[in-house]
Amino acid sequence: MTFFFQLVVSGLSLGMMYALIAIGFVIIFKCSKAFNIAQGYFVMLGGYIGYTLLVPLHLPVWAAFIAAIAIAVVMGLVIERLALRPLVGQPVLAVIMMTIALAGVIEGVAIMGWGGEFKNYPKGVLPEISLELGGVSVSPSNLIALIVSIIVVVALMLMFRYTKIGLAMRATAEDEQVTRGAGIRATTVYALAWIISCVTGVVAGILLSGVSGVMTSNAEIGLKALAVVILGGLDSIGGAVVAGVSLGILELVASGYLDPLMPSGGGLAKVFPFLVMIAVLIIKPHGLFGLKRIERI
Amino acid sequence: MSLPSGTFSQKYGQDMAIMRTKTQWIFLALLVAFLASFPLWASDTVLTFSILAGITIISVHGLNILTGNCGLLSMGHSGFMMVGGYAMAILCSKLGWPFWVALPAAGLIAGVVGIVFGLPSLRIKGFYLIMATVAAYFIIHWLVLQFRDLTGGTEGLSVPRADLFGLTIKGKESYFYMVLVLAVLATVVAKNILRTRAGRAFVAIRDNDLAAEVMGVNLWSYKLQAFFIGCVFAGVAGALSVQYIGFCNVEQFPFFDSVWFLGMLIVGGMGSVSGVIFGVLAIKLLGQVAIRLGPALAEMVNPQAAIGLSNILPSIAIILFLIFAPRGIAHIWQRFKNYYQLWPF
Repeated sequence: MTFFFQLVVSGLSLGMMYALIAIGFVIIFKCSKAFNIAQGYFVMLGGYIGYTLLVPLHLPVWAAFIAAIAIAVVMGLVIERLALRPLVGQPVLAVIMMTIALAGVIEGVAIMGWGGEFKNYPKGVLPEISLELGGVSVSPSNLIALIVSIIVVVALMLMFRYTKIGLAMRATAEDEQVTRGAGIRATTVYALAWIISCVTGVVAGILLSGVSGVMTSNAEIGLKALAVVILGGLDSIGGAVVAGVSLGILELVASGYLDPLMPSGGGLAKVFPFLVMIAVLIIKPHGLFGLKRIERI
Repeated sequence: MSLPSGTFSQKYGQDMAIMRTKTQWIFLALLVAFLASFPLWASDTVLTFSILAGITIISVHGLNILTGNCGLLSMGHSGFMMVGGYAMAILCSKLGWPFWVALPAAGLIAGVVGIVFGLPSLRIKGFYLIMATVAAYFIIHWLVLQFRDLTGGTEGLSVPRADLFGLTIKGKESYFYMVLVLAVLATVVAKNILRTRAGRAFVAIRDNDLAAEVMGVNLWSYKLQAFFIGCVFAGVAGALSVQYIGFCNVEQFPFFDSVWFLGMLIVGGMGSVSGVIFGVLAIKLLGQVAIRLGPALAEMVNPQAAIGLSNILPSIAIILFLIFAPRGIAHIWQRFKNYYQLWPF
């Protein structure tokens, strides 16, 4: 039973990170109907930026987080203005290809800047808190990841509910034309959506790298987070959280129990979200909480 | 379709023909002569580059039918190449099939796997379909590593040299000719598939699938046909690349390849057969530029700089094409042809 709870707790922390990445995706999709496949690459770049700030520059954790967020804000602004703004009104594939090309650029930058090598965050760089609950021990990096991602998710949800710009973003998601008519600048909303998405990506990247180090293949977690988005529904922030946590737990429990039964030692964790994704796409393509759209000719 | 003045069609056959004027035949003859004599004067690196480009052209023709013409976005094309590659390796090395039987068999197997993963396309499209095909890639990748007895797992499989009716194909020249013949064949087949009933149905589905269904296009059948055809091309290309390297491994079919294939379509021009060739050559040449600049950069930045640059250059090309020339090189070429036909007016 301890093994099971151990898996559930690690799964919870992994799931909150999935949720954090998925929210970045959902916000962009809600506001501008753009699918951002580069989300995972923000995560990977965030890990490298965090490494540079924390290890060679020896910044304290709070300063490093603020600096990383500042970099993410600039990155979001630049990406939105230079790459996505010219594509407003273009077909779906053009926007998807644009984010894929951005992914290529970010991967290239990561390889040029950091050599694409594996970098481990040394112990003690991120604060150490450990917790033990009835034989289940939670590793400090997992706990930090869990706490920070809960804070960010709650902050985003509060922002959407209670602030004026949050209201503007929700309104733009509902109907862009009407929002423009009401005097809200849609371009500001788009820019803000990309900024939030970059910030959540970079924060998730630092947290993830705290757990397992950073390398270019960290970007694959972004693809797995897309499974979360599909399970939760493309336009539901709450759905992203629920789906993220349940997929994170399911993934670790499934690989924990089924891997020993596999012919070549498993690796089920790598493929599990994709199996769920295919199943969801076939059975319920709009996800658990997504809005079902009726198509007209 | 622009033709020089004075070209008239008097029979339906003439109207349908791809080659209409004497000039076109002359250019075709020059092209054939150029390609046939290529290995005689091309250097070793150029030859390697052309072989790999030829294999990629075959694969991207499939993606062009699937994505460019039928509008079914696929980001798992590299996974279907992997299926073809492993089919070739297993058929040749474990079952001892001759190369010329194994090649079409590999294409067919990839096509059938493509149909299986194309099933979700009946209910979903656009971004959802991209995600389904991404999932397809990772599931294929995982299955290949799981069935170690059959596929050799991470170690891979070695593939015996091709044997074509007693003639062993070895050396770059003979590979070049083999890939050349197959790439030309693939181009002709792709061009002609798009001119049949199925090809027109694909375009109708791309432009509006609901309207196509109302007009009597059987979505279920044609979407799966598009997946089958696209994946057959991918399977043949995968089989050829495995055969060329003489070894089959999952590392040969990285996920990002499927992304570059889509990028090649964008740069070349979605839905156009000549665009495929332009796109593949453009993106591959940019990769070569990055490799040439590599040693200089390695001293300035870091030893991995060439790999980074070979990601950045094509990506920036895709971004620029998306913003400034969304219809690709094929459209620019068409405009240029129209311009010189009318010159000096």
